[in-house]
Amino acid sequence: MKLIEQQIRQFIDDNFLFGQEEDLRGDDSFMEKGTIDSTGVLELVTFLEEKYHIKIADEDLVPYNLDSIDSLVRFVTDKLNSNGKEPGHCKSKTS
Amino acid sequence: MGRACQRHFLTDMCGIAGILNLDGATVDPALPRRMIRLVRHRGPDDSGVHLEQGIGLAHARLSVIDPAGGGQPMSNDDGSLWITFNGEIFNYLELREELIRKGHRFRTRSDTEVVLRLYEVYGEECVQYCNGQWAFAIWDSRNRKLFLSRDRLGIVPLFYTMSSRSFLFASEIKSIFADSAVRRELDMVALDELFTFWTMLPPRTIFKGVRELPPGHSLSVENNDIRVRPYWRLDYRAGMQTTSAEEYGERLGELLWDATRIRLRSDVPVGSYLSGGLDSAVVTALMKRLTNARLKTFSIAFEDPDFDESPFQKKVVDYLETEHHEVRCSYQDIGRVFPEVIWHTEKPILRTAPAPLYLLSSLARDCGHKVILAGEGADEMLGGYDIFKEAKIRQFCDVFPDSKMRPLLLKRLYPYLRTLQSVPDSYRRAFFHKKSNGHSPAFVSHLPRWELTGRIKLFFSQAVKAEINGRQVYRDLEQILPENYFEWDGFSQAQYLETFYLLPGYILSSQGDRMSMAHSVEGRFPFLDHRVVELATAMPPRFKMKALQEKYILRRATAELVPPHLINRSKYPYRAPDAKSFFGDGPRRFADEYVEELLSPNRIQADGIFNPVAVQKLVDKARTGHVVGARDNMALVGILSTQLVIEKFLRNFDRESRHETDRTANTSIH
Repeated sequence: MKLIEQQIRQFIDDNFLFGQEEDLRGDDSFMEKGTIDSTGVLELVTFLEEKYHIKIADEDLVPYNLDSIDSLVRFVTDKLNSNGKEPGHCKSKTS
Repeated sequence: MGRACQRHFLTDMCGIAGILNLDGATVDPALPRRMIRLVRHRGPDDSGVHLEQGIGLAHARLSVIDPAGGGQPMSNDDGSLWITFNGEIFNYLELREELIRKGHRFRTRSDTEVVLRLYEVYGEECVQYCNGQWAFAIWDSRNRKLFLSRDRLGIVPLFYTMSSRSFLFASEIKSIFADSAVRRELDMVALDELFTFWTMLPPRTIFKGVRELPPGHSLSVENNDIRVRPYWRLDYRAGMQTTSAEEYGERLGELLWDATRIRLRSDVPVGSYLSGGLDSAVVTALMKRLTNARLKTFSIAFEDPDFDESPFQKKVVDYLETEHHEVRCSYQDIGRVFPEVIWHTEKPILRTAPAPLYLLSSLARDCGHKVILAGEGADEMLGGYDIFKEAKIRQFCDVFPDSKMRPLLLKRLYPYLRTLQSVPDSYRRAFFHKKSNGHSPAFVSHLPRWELTGRIKLFFSQAVKAEINGRQVYRDLEQILPENYFEWDGFSQAQYLETFYLLPGYILSSQGDRMSMAHSVEGRFPFLDHRVVELATAMPPRFKMKALQEKYILRRATAELVPPHLINRSKYPYRAPDAKSFFGDGPRRFADEYVEELLSPNRIQADGIFNPVAVQKLVDKARTGHVVGARDNMALVGILSTQLVIEKFLRNFDRESRHETDRTANTSIH
């Protein structure tokens, strides 16, 4: 869990914050803070799929799963735990 | 038209410059000469200087059309008025005839003399009679008054500044810097604005203390007092509400015909730029009907298919049977010319789109064309941009915020942006659904764009962040808007924002005048004839965008002129590859030497504008091909172009100036 959070934070820091905003809290919304732009979510998904060897289905592509450090950690952890289960295991919810 | 019917005496492409010593001290004759040498690319064939006590006026001209009497600076009969003029007065023949009828006599057949005579008769109001594009200065020696004017839409540039005791003006800022008494320093407020709005708000330039004369404004210097005032304004009052779509269409067709007709007044062949879209096809089709000669057309094609419109250009060429030339741009081409492009834009830019236009004007020039017509202005005036459509859809969604169906329309936005099209619906909705967040609701149309752009300020150094901290760029904009802006409908407000600041600040300058005049090519724009503009601003929005069809009235008015496929083709905006132009697209990515140098941590640290750690992370991302989104691309181009401005204008201005004068050294200054 800690490692995943660290890796995700590092990715966000390198690719979206460029080492600048150190005060990003776990529950800060990326979209509200403008951390990622509309195409940034695609970069994020590519990173998650490559790094954790998971498949992310269309119905998972919602802010509930991807819009903060906390939600990403939970989402990835659930995905890894549900190895072999359908991707729909993760909650799908529109904001 | 043209050569066969009548010789024309339009001024042609020029550069102007001047200096007024407010204490009346003699002007060092070398200074106006130095100033004009730096814009000799605007007029490499001839140049002249007029000096009298306390003032020096200079002029660089491209072609000697009327050697007997067309030289500049030009005086009136008794030598009490002197003018240095850049641009064209397209209705000069009609104005001249009218003045002759009133008993005035002319020494030359040039449009410059028409302006001088108009000033004799009407004073500062002379510009109200002119249909054209201009920047000029008139020295009135009797009253010791200097009068400057710039055209209504800002097609032709004009800058000015005050040094310790002098007022200086010029077509380009580099001429002003020819006076070593002028400080060359970046304005952090300007950077803040540029990294929000894509350009500075007039009259600010990127250099502290240097101002541009805003479009539609005049300036006078008299008794040590500088007065700037508007002589023309955009007004979206929809004054002809009772007029039908048929009538508007008919009137628009007539005006475009006449606007094109008078823009073909030239002694040299006139060609056109073809983008592959509707606007340039309309202009070219009108040109074809108005001339007998075979038209030459010029286009940009891209090796990267994401940006290439050449198949659409070919369809227009085949339909209109023009002699077509194209410049095919690779990533490397853009990266290679980018430093020269910034020498001409004289400001940072967030996109590389000007670079291919720089190459295109070079091609037109090589093909013997000094004058081209283009479709600029149609999108601003007649509602062609996706940002108008976006605002309309967002407004439609706001009516029923819980609707699942309405936001699906958002998918119809920006169909040409492949990455954006892959974005999940919920994200698209969140991105476009920006509320005003306490900012003026009058900016709702542009907030998503400005907020996205503003994020790239995170690359600023701590020092720059501290300097701009707490500033409100939106408030700056709000303060310079006309009072009745807040009474206009949302569509008109969005149109105003595009026309008032982005058109002159980016489209007509960084993509327009600067890129064409770098190769001594003049652009003329029928859609920016002020009669067309005034018709468009009076037209109700529903005629500009019907449902979600952009430029409805234009399609209706010009359906018979252009290839049928264009009438139903959606807007495909002109864009060029950004990060890939510097870092390529292959497995091994090396940037040009200058890119590596200017973006190196040492250099970034030394120049002080950006944070070296952040820039390094962005460069690493670009090197691995991961700069894909709009924000990162804008950041990369914005940082690199700012570094180039520092390199060329602050660090090595003397070297760059020598390079410029060497390049155009085959001209003599009289």
